[in-house]
Amino acid sequence: MAAASGRKGYDGVVAAAPVTIPYERYSPEAAHWWIARALADLVRGAGIKPADIDGLAVSSFTLHPDTAVGLTQHLGLTLRWLDHVPMGGASGIVALRRAARAVQAGDADIVACVAGDANHVDSFRRMLSSFSRFAQDGSYPYGSGGPNATFALMTDRYMKEYGVSREDFGKICIAQRDNALAFPYALMKKPLTLDEYMNARPVSDPIHLFDCVMPCAGAEAFLVTREEIARDLGLRTVRILSTMERHNAYPDDPVQLRGGWALDKDEFWTMAGTAPGRADFLQTYDDYPVISMMQMEDLGFCAKGEAAEFVRSHSLTAEGTFPHNTSGGQLSVGQAGAAGGFLGLVEAIRQLAGMSLGKQVANATIGVVSGFGMVNYDRGICSAAAVLAGDGA
Amino acid sequence: MTEPLDRPRRKDPQKRTVSPTLPPASRSRKALGFLVGAAEGRFVLQRCEDCGAVCHPPREACPKCLSPDLNWRDMPEGGELIAETTIRTSTNTYFRERMPWRTGTVRLDAGVTVLAHVHGDVAPQARVRMIARTDKSGKGVLMALPEKETENMADDRQLRELTCDPKHRRVLITDGRSATGLALAKALSQAGAAIVFAGIAEDWRPWRGQQSLSEIANVETMALDLTDTDSVRELAGEIGGKVDILINNAEYVRPGGAMTRSDIVTAREEMETNYFGPLRLMQAFGPAMRSRGADGVNSACAWVQISSVYALCNWPEFGSTSASQAAAVSLGQCLRGEMAGSGVKVVNVFTGPLEEDWRQPLPPPKVTAEALAKDVVSGLRQGLEEVVVGDVAKDFMRRFREDPRVLERELTQVEGI
Amino acid sequence: MTNDNRNLLTALSVALGNGGLRVVDLTHALDPDFPVIVLPPEFGQCARFRVEEVSRYDHRGPGWYWRNFSCSEHTGTHFDAPIHWISGRDLPDATVDAIPVDAFVRPVAVIDCSKEAAADEDFLMTPDFVQQWEGENGAIAPGSWVLMRTDWSKRKGAEYINLREDGAHSPGPAPDAVRYLVEERDIVGFGTETVGTDAGQAAHLSPPYPAHYILHGAGRYGLQCLANLDQLPPTGAMLICPPLKIRHGSGSPLRVLALVAGGKDGRA
Repeated sequence: MAAASGRKGYDGVVAAAPVTIPYERYSPEAAHWWIARALADLVRGAGIKPADIDGLAVSSFTLHPDTAVGLTQHLGLTLRWLDHVPMGGASGIVALRRAARAVQAGDADIVACVAGDANHVDSFRRMLSSFSRFAQDGSYPYGSGGPNATFALMTDRYMKEYGVSREDFGKICIAQRDNALAFPYALMKKPLTLDEYMNARPVSDPIHLFDCVMPCAGAEAFLVTREEIARDLGLRTVRILSTMERHNAYPDDPVQLRGGWALDKDEFWTMAGTAPGRADFLQTYDDYPVISMMQMEDLGFCAKGEAAEFVRSHSLTAEGTFPHNTSGGQLSVGQAGAAGGFLGLVEAIRQLAGMSLGKQVANATIGVVSGFGMVNYDRGICSAAAVLAGDGA
Repeated sequence: MTEPLDRPRRKDPQKRTVSPTLPPASRSRKALGFLVGAAEGRFVLQRCEDCGAVCHPPREACPKCLSPDLNWRDMPEGGELIAETTIRTSTNTYFRERMPWRTGTVRLDAGVTVLAHVHGDVAPQARVRMIARTDKSGKGVLMALPEKETENMADDRQLRELTCDPKHRRVLITDGRSATGLALAKALSQAGAAIVFAGIAEDWRPWRGQQSLSEIANVETMALDLTDTDSVRELAGEIGGKVDILINNAEYVRPGGAMTRSDIVTAREEMETNYFGPLRLMQAFGPAMRSRGADGVNSACAWVQISSVYALCNWPEFGSTSASQAAAVSLGQCLRGEMAGSGVKVVNVFTGPLEEDWRQPLPPPKVTAEALAKDVVSGLRQGLEEVVVGDVAKDFMRRFREDPRVLERELTQVEGI
Repeated sequence: MTNDNRNLLTALSVALGNGGLRVVDLTHALDPDFPVIVLPPEFGQCARFRVEEVSRYDHRGPGWYWRNFSCSEHTGTHFDAPIHWISGRDLPDATVDAIPVDAFVRPVAVIDCSKEAAADEDFLMTPDFVQQWEGENGAIAPGSWVLMRTDWSKRKGAEYINLREDGAHSPGPAPDAVRYLVEERDIVGFGTETVGTDAGQAAHLSPPYPAHYILHGAGRYGLQCLANLDQLPPTGAMLICPPLKIRHGSGSPLRVLALVAGGKDGRA
């Protein structure tokens, strides 16, 4: 399908075989172990041999001193296409769109997209203290609050700017928890009430405990391949209608209140040939609820500054009027490092392929996934999004 | 307003002294340019020489025009607090021990947005005044202060982490016999120091300020001769565990260079006081101070070395003394390395010619003991690591920063600067 | 050696062994806190006694303790050689290493000025005073050391050096007394308990610092910062005062001893 945007569509390319390796709060295993497990599940689920994989896209924060290159030898993979996608919460979508083009161009036939991270007892502190040069020079020395503090500042400004209350964020978190109760791999297994949300201990004002994700270990993966290969393997697949990525958008905004989606939204929907109103669900990158609201706005589900009202006017569970983060999102499943950037995409594939492990959104045919990543200094640098379609679309 | 700090109670002898932990210490090499400004109390940011854009965090190239020509420039101090948070959990041990911690986003008048520590008296979304200082890691950080002075402002617990305020602290002045010692004792006592120990060498020789010194509140004279290792060790044995600020104001100054003298007897005396003196102090007092960098309200916080500015570049008129003080400054650099991780700042005070006997023939402007003391106390209150006192020293430092090699040549011209 | 002399030495060791002779220490410990002479600041100064530990059964030397010390040739209880003063600079054998060693073991006369010094800190011992002493104790024998007892060594610190804005105040010999002792009595040397052989205010005498000027000009020696002179009899004791053999030395810190007959009062 040639999009009106002038960009070439992703005809003939599909995503399939969604894999989640159950998360663990702390694990002594290395990132290599988690990634290997995800690839093993992927191969098993797709009914192929490891040697059939000829392309690999890897995302991980904890492979050090290795990169994707070291993994090829470590895991015995002989590849003709290899990519390392160090984009945190945007890496799932970026891996998808790069792999799709490689497959489409014939540079690879079966690309495994995988993200996995270890979480040792002290790895979060280590990761924060050496995350980026700007973080090291400009943010970490100021209280070392990590992303909690950065998003607290954004949340503070966002609430003041748009008149948003904590209850509005609470609604997002509570709905996700509701979704998570049905998702077998979620680390959070107890229902969350508004009372509990409101009375949780403050972490970095105005952010409280249930606004934060729980760092953990885990892995996610999926395959990108040609439609006919998938058909031959008998895989359930989803198609890619549109994607976007944007880095360092609006660098002069004094505080981040919007992401790169706002810059590319029109072209993004034009390419998809559909509209926000026709999506059956939205999987946002939800390390904090404020950023989910920004994605709702910047992707065009509502106007800028109106996400709170949008949230108030909808029910956000998988069976609600606006199904959002249907597996529970990172807020309830956990944040397994870069795998957090795959979580929404892998869940979207499951929903559209009818393979949901938890709640299934009824008649889901079009899903939107959004990614956001890499707080290099004071804001997330990478934004990405994709519109996916199931067989019914 | 800030709650005034209470004078700390006597230490519970059953309690272990808290080990110093540190805020994050690693920085890029470029960021050290910011640190150098912060150590002097200057708020500098990079500015692009090609397009004028101001950059933060420190960069290798301008984000507006890609020019690599970025220089550190003084910035206007004003700004507005546009977002803030009170951090209550941190992965860093230092901050974890000091929670909650207020930080915020400040839109600077200089045109960029920065993250900064925020003083407790700053109102939400208020105008602020920015300061750059070194923190307990000895690295440069920004702090947003209320635009106007507030009551007990210096007692803000986050600000006090950046300063070496003498209030409630115990100070050792190494030479209580000198005019500077007397003036320092007065100024520190007035600044709220809990005790001022004044070192007295050779108490068998009477000295001019003896009576005045004894009249200052909270001053205790102690036998201390920097040229005598045993004397330094004995005093450290007595009070080493409760010296929070050490000010080495001892100096041995004589005119003359290499060829204007015919022996090394005087040079040896210069070295004994000016170089071996601080070395003995470091060996005797340094370890205890290093271990007490986080010891509560009256933690050890500053090692102050007062030197003639000619320590930085030799003035042949006082060439031999200059050389011995240069040795001390070099040693201070070593101490800064050895103190790293302790939270104790090594403070260099560079002064122009003092109003004292050995510099009597020098022309004005000269630095009175009182002026020196005022600047030292002010530097401690501000948390500076470099204090330049008097017009001659300030002029010297400008030339030194511009080009130390040119200054060397200026100082060795027959006519001098 | 004749038999008589051999017997003399044997008798000496017997007396030392049985308490018939006592050895009195006339020396202050070398101590960084012990005052030294203070000259106007633009002059070179007398170095204080200083010690630096080299090792003490530790990583710097596991089995031994030793130290480096430094001081002036004129620090603490010390000996002045003739070359110390300009008046003695051209004399032969004027340095400590060249002085004939018999000068270091001599009879000693002790002139007690302690009452007078207690009454007048600037007390000057005059020829009359010496002669009066001789009237009671007999003429000072040629070749003797003469020590001026003032009990100044019992003072400590500031009281000892006794510095005021017009300089130090401490007793010493009058110029004529020094001349008398050198010219009329041919003494080998003169010693005091104070920081110098001269009085504190001796810069204002004529000649200035007469003890130094006259003694050293005549090839005689000085001892200062002595202690325990109150344990010596006016006459009859033997002084032992060999300085360190420092090449071309102008003086030297030293241990000064006296051999005294019998009990404390000097009677056998």
